Amino acid sequence: MAKFNLIINGNQKEVDVDPSTPVLWVLRDHLKLVGTKYGCGIAQCGACTIHLDDTAIRSCQLPVSAVGNQAITTIEGLSENGDHPLQKAWVAHDVPQCGYCQAGQIMTAAALLKANPNPTEETIEATMNGNICRCGTYIRIRKAIQTAASNQQG
Amino acid sequence: MSTVSTKIGRRFFIKSSTLAGGGIMLGFNWLASCQMPKKELSSVPKEWFKINGFLKISDNGLVTIMSPNPEGGQNVKTSMPMIVAEELDVNWNDVIVEQAPLDTANFTRQFIGGSQAIRRGWESLRMTGACARHMLKQAAAQAWQVPLEELTTASGVIQHEKTGHSAGYGEMASAAATLPVPETVELKEIKDFKIIGTSRKNVDGQKIVTGQPLFGIDTYREGMLTAMIVHPPAFGLKLKSVDDSAARNMPGIKDIFTIKVFNEDYEKEFFDTCTFTEIAVIVGNSTWEVMNAKKALKISCEPITSSTENRSRFGSKYTQHTPAGLESTTDHKAQMEAMAAKPAEIVRKDGNPDMAFKKAAKIIERTFTAPYLAHNCMEPMNFFADVTSEKATLIGPLQKPEFTEKALSARLGMPLEKIDIQMTRLGGGYGRRSYAHWLIEAALISQKMNAPVKLIYTREDDMTDGIYRPAYHIKFRAGLDGSNNLNAFHVKAGGIPESPLAKDRFPAGAVDHYLAEEWTIDTNLTVGSFRAPRSNFMASAEQSFLDEVAEAAGKDPIDFRLELLEKASKNPVGENNDYDANRYAGVLKMVREKSGWGKESTDIYRGVSAYFCHNSYAAQVLDMKMENGTPKVQKVTCAIDCGIVVNPDGAKNMAEGGIVDGIGNAFFGELTFKDGVPEKNNFDKYRMIRMKEAPKEIDVYFVESNIDPTGLGEPTFPPTFAAVANALYQATGKRHYHQPFLKS
Repeated sequence: MAKFNLIINGNQKEVDVDPSTPVLWVLRDHLKLVGTKYGCGIAQCGACTIHLDDTAIRSCQLPVSAVGNQAITTIEGLSENGDHPLQKAWVAHDVPQCGYCQAGQIMTAAALLKANPNPTEETIEATMNGNICRCGTYIRIRKAIQTAASNQQG
Repeated sequence: MSTVSTKIGRRFFIKSSTLAGGGIMLGFNWLASCQMPKKELSSVPKEWFKINGFLKISDNGLVTIMSPNPEGGQNVKTSMPMIVAEELDVNWNDVIVEQAPLDTANFTRQFIGGSQAIRRGWESLRMTGACARHMLKQAAAQAWQVPLEELTTASGVIQHEKTGHSAGYGEMASAAATLPVPETVELKEIKDFKIIGTSRKNVDGQKIVTGQPLFGIDTYREGMLTAMIVHPPAFGLKLKSVDDSAARNMPGIKDIFTIKVFNEDYEKEFFDTCTFTEIAVIVGNSTWEVMNAKKALKISCEPITSSTENRSRFGSKYTQHTPAGLESTTDHKAQMEAMAAKPAEIVRKDGNPDMAFKKAAKIIERTFTAPYLAHNCMEPMNFFADVTSEKATLIGPLQKPEFTEKALSARLGMPLEKIDIQMTRLGGGYGRRSYAHWLIEAALISQKMNAPVKLIYTREDDMTDGIYRPAYHIKFRAGLDGSNNLNAFHVKAGGIPESPLAKDRFPAGAVDHYLAEEWTIDTNLTVGSFRAPRSNFMASAEQSFLDEVAEAAGKDPIDFRLELLEKASKNPVGENNDYDANRYAGVLKMVREKSGWGKESTDIYRGVSAYFCHNSYAAQVLDMKMENGTPKVQKVTCAIDCGIVVNPDGAKNMAEGGIVDGIGNAFFGELTFKDGVPEKNNFDKYRMIRMKEAPKEIDVYFVESNIDPTGLGEPTFPPTFAAVANALYQATGKRHYHQPFLKS
């Protein structure tokens, strides 16, 4: 066990865990931030996507010891009032079915829009291809990202 | 308005009580005795009586509607309360939806499966709302001393035009709560609907996009431990011994032991199917610690012996044979070929198929197969349990809580009233969460630990401990006469361990000489419902085959189907045909028009398919492009007849999901076995459809209808496979008979 000081959603948090513990389980088990989801544990489905500084990363494969001073953002901290342009677009397009993968989808898309505010459809598809939606809401996800991008521009 | 008798039976007692703080609360278990007028009963079986609703009205006019069924992405948590709100006649904005707990005293049929939630709930949900509205009007009539018939309602307000009296529902709620439940209530005319037929957003949408704890796996309680399982690596093996010497002393580990999921003498119901009856369990403080210990735990196994079990399904008994041995997909294929070559059980015969085939001008014979599929819900199987000697509290995602509660009661030896099952949102179900052996496992672990426990399956456990979609095989023969009419049709269907055949389904009824046979092969792989069970293969095979037969007959594939449906409508062959040929033809005509069928462009290849299952009709035209030799679905046009559409955009989302799921499984879906071991255990090996393979566009059209609604969770899924296969043929010139169509 070792102590780690983490910056999560703008707040300093101290956890005492095995250094190999993936950030996914630190968030869920130790900090009760459960919006970040366990899907596969091998970085194949994207349900556990968070931001490390501005980069989308699979938290199931990120040991807590590797975080250092980088800021962690989870779906709970993406916006203060749940009104990030993507969150609004997700609701406007009524994207979710079961909803389990959607936090990961939004986090992947949010990092994309931050780096590239006006992505092409090809870029959206290439970026989002790592996130599985078992219910098959891909068309709405794509549209919601396009809506959020154009709202950000406007 | 139509007047409806509630016919309250003596044995159904009414729970109508004033809530602390005011308001009205109606328990609608009496609805089990309600009866709709005869004319409206024609299309609805009696089972609908078993769904109940539950609502509260606060003194300020807010309405809380309990959504009785679990929510797994089919959006019933929005659409079922919409039906209640419609008849209650309130603003949807004044409605708060809550998930009802499992409560068999107040609700029945609290499960999701078979696309039946809306269909079976329709009438009782309407009456739940209508009855409350009636009682509110009654309270107003008494308060104002005016005849009830002169009162009108709109948007949660009762009005008496003559005297100018007006009151919100909240003002009348307390008085209404003291009134007896009426013997008759009035239902709205369909033309007066204000909520049903309008698109309303998912009531949990904002919570989902902000990461609120909605799912079973999000359950955390004070003092809760985490548990995981270790099961035999192969089907056909059972646990022999456990070596926990390395795992036991690892950090955070509390205990390691084995559990037996069911007692030996327990007669399992259909949904009690359980993959491994005895498993090893690791319990610890946190998920990561338990995961690490799981890797260090060693088990040894021994072969199972063959067995015969007595089981029951909804009261009827059946026996299940489980053979010993380590099964492999290659052997399965050979076994299925052998069975298909032998005579099988004839389940329907019209006319004289033997003679008709002898006289046929042209015979087309084709074989289709499909592999086992894993459900792969994004939320792995999990459940929270807190079992004490006094009470068992279970929290988590499952599809059939009522059935599982009975199994748990038997296993714990605890009466039902001491068991409290709370339903969370399901991170996908697709049938897998109907088989909730993991709930029982969680309860047994909690009981043993004397502590609250959350059991989580790893993704690998989830995929290798499956209740899989069975493997199927079909041999079709079609006989065309000299005028290229389909005169003889022979289907021989089987699977491991079930046949996918629905013997009375199209093209039965449309062909003079029809023969249906089926066979099965036993297995020790555990199988169960998978989105549109059986239909998900039947539609694929049959609609691909008919495409090829149409071509052999020199006919347009839509015209060919419509010819057959016209015959089935005007001059049906045989009895018990289970579809309405006109509604079936209706969706084909609609999709033909909406897709612009016949106006093909040079680089777009089109496939058509249509199917009827789960009481709804769906037809699709799928447009495909070839990009560097890889098929890319561009667009799918889909026409659906599911009666009245409650929540159009929610329904459209469901249809889109079924189609994307169909494309994914048609292209990639496959689980193979070698010596009993599933050859895929995570998403690096099990290929799921991803955004790049999803169509750019799906256009969904609903047939306008006043027919009572039917379900939509399943019906758009089965036809997609054949639409893909038929488009692939146009694109490549090659027919695809064996799923999956693309090998990754």
